[in-house]
Amino acid sequence: MRYLVSVIDDKSNPGSTDRRPAISAFNERLIAEGYWVFSGGLADTDAATVIDNRGEQAVFSDGPFVESKEYLAGVWVWEAPDLDVALKLAAEASKVCDRKIEVRPFQ
Amino acid sequence: MSDVEEAITRAHHDEWARVVAALARRFGDLDIAEEAVAEAFATAVERWPADGVPPNPGAWLTTTANRKAIDRIRRENKRDDKHREAQMTYDDPPEPVGAIDDDRLRLIFTCCHPALAMEARVALTLRMVGGLTVPEIARAFLVQGTTMERRITRAKAKIKAARIPYRMPSADDLPARVSGVLAVLFLVFNEGYLASGPDTDPVRHDLTAEAIRLTRLIRALLPQDGEVAGLLALMLLIEARRAARVSAGGELVALDEQDREAWDAELIAEGHRLVRERLAAAAAGVAPGRYQILAAINAVHTSARDIGDTDWPQVLGLYDQLVRLDPSPIIALNRAIAVAELDGPEVALAIVDGLAEVLAGYHAYHATRADLLRRLGHSRQSRAAYDRAIELAGNTGETAYLTRRRDQLR
Repeated sequence: MRYLVSVIDDKSNPGSTDRRPAISAFNERLIAEGYWVFSGGLADTDAATVIDNRGEQAVFSDGPFVESKEYLAGVWVWEAPDLDVALKLAAEASKVCDRKIEVRPFQ
Repeated sequence: MSDVEEAITRAHHDEWARVVAALARRFGDLDIAEEAVAEAFATAVERWPADGVPPNPGAWLTTTANRKAIDRIRRENKRDDKHREAQMTYDDPPEPVGAIDDDRLRLIFTCCHPALAMEARVALTLRMVGGLTVPEIARAFLVQGTTMERRITRAKAKIKAARIPYRMPSADDLPARVSGVLAVLFLVFNEGYLASGPDTDPVRHDLTAEAIRLTRLIRALLPQDGEVAGLLALMLLIEARRAARVSAGGELVALDEQDREAWDAELIAEGHRLVRERLAAAAAGVAPGRYQILAAINAVHTSARDIGDTDWPQVLGLYDQLVRLDPSPIIALNRAIAVAELDGPEVALAIVDGLAEVLAGYHAYHATRADLLRRLGHSRQSRAAYDRAIELAGNTGETAYLTRRRDQLR
């Protein structure tokens, strides 16, 4: 089962910025234990562009699709046998990243 | 009730959870299991009066439900790879056989999974494990049938989509997961015990009885767990006082005014046996959890011949123990009631006033304060506190009790 694991940061109360070494170590463990499929940290939401090409012409707009205090700071994709395994890893991930984590299954 | 009707009721009571659990394991799908078992019971209602009650009703129901499930799967042609992929995961081969290896436990742990919302856990547990119908559960929680149906459907869908596993939690997780299950059962019990809603009976026996029945089941499945024993004892000792707790006029009767002759001696004896079992474990060095301590407090109260005979130092000692485990303001409030008996209402009032900020919206805070102020002769302040408590109380019997106490003030 694949899970999208989102790292959620808060603009008004951001998590600490020194987490990179811990995250790298955690990633290495995820790879070694066979859970890791993909991971990446995201640039600031200011760098996002929204494209809407449902009409005649593609429309580009600056900024994220929704402005909010909480935003997506990074993602993982994990392969885990079930939600209990994913939640256990996510609990560790939350400590490692010093941020909230959302776990959502792929269809 | 005819013999056949009685047999069906008994089978529903004894076999529902077992058959749902077995089917959930076999088909890996709670929805299929629930529907097939409901259909099997409907078939029993149709067939048993004519064919007679089968010698082994549980086996008959399981076989019939299995057939219904297979029929449905064939009908929906759901046996493609995609469906198989979406099946719930469970241990295969199963863990070593023992009291703990029981499909019903897996079912309970799945229904009470921490990834589900609390209200969904409650509804799902009553439906899947308790076998209550959706309209029954909806009535119990005073919501529309369609709302409750949606709540249960959504929970089942999440279990499937997120792959919440159908298995025993790992040994590391077990204490936390058991405590999650107990929280669900205690919530069901309390909803029955202190029913809320303006037109609701003060005590709803159907819910307290169901909570006790399910806790007994968990106790049978996890006989070594101290907190399970503690919660069962706590429920029994509270339930034992049910008849004395509400007057003929529907008013709540406080502990000091209850007719102790009306208490259920059998339930008290059973509760006391469980508490003694846990005391022996505590003496052997196993630290008791909060349900065990709460049960012990209730054991002290149910051991007293009258309110004056209550061993208050022991009650206070137990509350001190509880506060160390759970420093919540509600526990501190209840502890203050024991303090009032030992050190007087003035000392207790000082403690209660210290909780004003956190408990301002809690009716029992104002009710406790009102009583202490009354005992200190501060009638005007007491009346104001009663007014506030009455405003906040949701239980009809409690409102009646508080109103009478207020109106008795000079």
